[in-house]
Amino acid sequence: MMGEHTVKAFDEDLNFLISKISEMGGNAESMVARSVTALVTADKELGKSVVKDDKILDALEQEVDDHVVLLIARRQPMATDLREVIGALRMATDLERIGDLGKNVARRAFQIEDNLPPKKLLRGLQHLTNVSLEQLKDALDAFVAKDIEKAREVWDRDDEIDSLYTSLFRELLTYMMEDPRNITYCTHLLFCAKNMERIGDHVTNLAETIHYMVTGSNDIASENLNDL
Amino acid sequence: MEQTEIKMSGKDVSVSYGEKQALFDVNLDIPAKQVTALIGPSGCGKSTFLRCLNRMNDTIDICKVSGDIRLDNQDIYHRDIDVVELRARVGMVFQKPNPFPKSIFENVGYGPKIHGLANGKAELEEIVVKSLQRAGLFEEVKDRLYEPGTGLSGGQQQRLCIARAIAVSPEVILMDEPCSALDPIATAKVEELIDELRENYTIVIVTHSMQQAARVSQQTAMFHLGYLVEVDDTDTMFTNPSDKKTQDYITGRYG
Repeated sequence: MMGEHTVKAFDEDLNFLISKISEMGGNAESMVARSVTALVTADKELGKSVVKDDKILDALEQEVDDHVVLLIARRQPMATDLREVIGALRMATDLERIGDLGKNVARRAFQIEDNLPPKKLLRGLQHLTNVSLEQLKDALDAFVAKDIEKAREVWDRDDEIDSLYTSLFRELLTYMMEDPRNITYCTHLLFCAKNMERIGDHVTNLAETIHYMVTGSNDIASENLNDL
Repeated sequence: MEQTEIKMSGKDVSVSYGEKQALFDVNLDIPAKQVTALIGPSGCGKSTFLRCLNRMNDTIDICKVSGDIRLDNQDIYHRDIDVVELRARVGMVFQKPNPFPKSIFENVGYGPKIHGLANGKAELEEIVVKSLQRAGLFEEVKDRLYEPGTGLSGGQQQRLCIARAIAVSPEVILMDEPCSALDPIATAKVEELIDELRENYTIVIVTHSMQQAARVSQQTAMFHLGYLVEVDDTDTMFTNPSDKKTQDYITGRYG
């Protein structure tokens, strides 16, 4: 573990960034979880709360941005500090995008109206969502613990999300072909599935960034091979 | 890494001032036509090492140097080496600008004159003008070449000292915290100059400013308590150093 800076305010600056990123992570996680619940239960109020929360996440990202710019101007960070600051900036961008994707899913809760899709159509989406959320949670844990092993595992598991998405895509397509009345909400569900898959990609970025912050190497993949 | 020519090298260099050992078995290569930065906290031995490279330590009676220091693979501590000639080949710029109490022209012309580098006044004048131009000072002083060098501003005086150092056509220039007494604008001018000089000279610079080391050098060596802790290319050193001491020092966690 790193010791303390001679200039104590520098430690406070870095800790502030870490706490803001954790806060963003928590918010993004909750938004995504609630957005899918809102969708599958057609809960418009819940959907609205997610859309509203996106503003909070945007403001947090802005706060991280401003803080990073000031910190660089004031302290000219080097080595691990520099990587942590740049990493925080990158993570804030990915987390904000994850929030946007959640908001997009929440909005669809208004459009599905009262004709809820049959349960069996929702099962696949819920599973995909759970896996994506699990990944996000693990990535945030890896960030707090600076655990590159965990970050690597997250990075490796993205393939799972991709294949879940592909099979869900086929499933939804089959339902649409079976009965054209399914097309409207199957299309909504397809977009939602795509969003969950995109969230998985952002989580992959998070894992790469965490790896970079801790090791200084951008190449999370090749180190995997070296370990074999 | 691509093969680079080694201009100077230190092998198992140890230095003592009387009873006190200041450097312990330092091994460091100085690549040609690059800037090597020596960093580390006060008393770490970086200036001592720098002073070994042109035998400035000879002037201190109690100072004892052991090990092997080479310039173009030639032992500079060999008894056949002419120290005056060595210092012409390995010039030095100090922390505080120290112009002679003479005119600007004489400051720069003195070295070439005593080393017999100029045949006649015209040639000497040419060397002086060229050196001042290379040091980025000529335009500012061309109308007052015969006024005292001590009348210049601090930044101009430092560039005058650099002009004086390059007037004798050295191969290596040693700089001991050349910007520590200068304001940011003058510092920027000297850094710009260092970057240009790199084309023709090998430069070794001691600096307390991490940012300066990161800006001007291609190789960085970190000293601590008389030991060389780590040496690497500068980009790696300031983004991903291997040694914890380097990490702590450059991020401001030392001491």
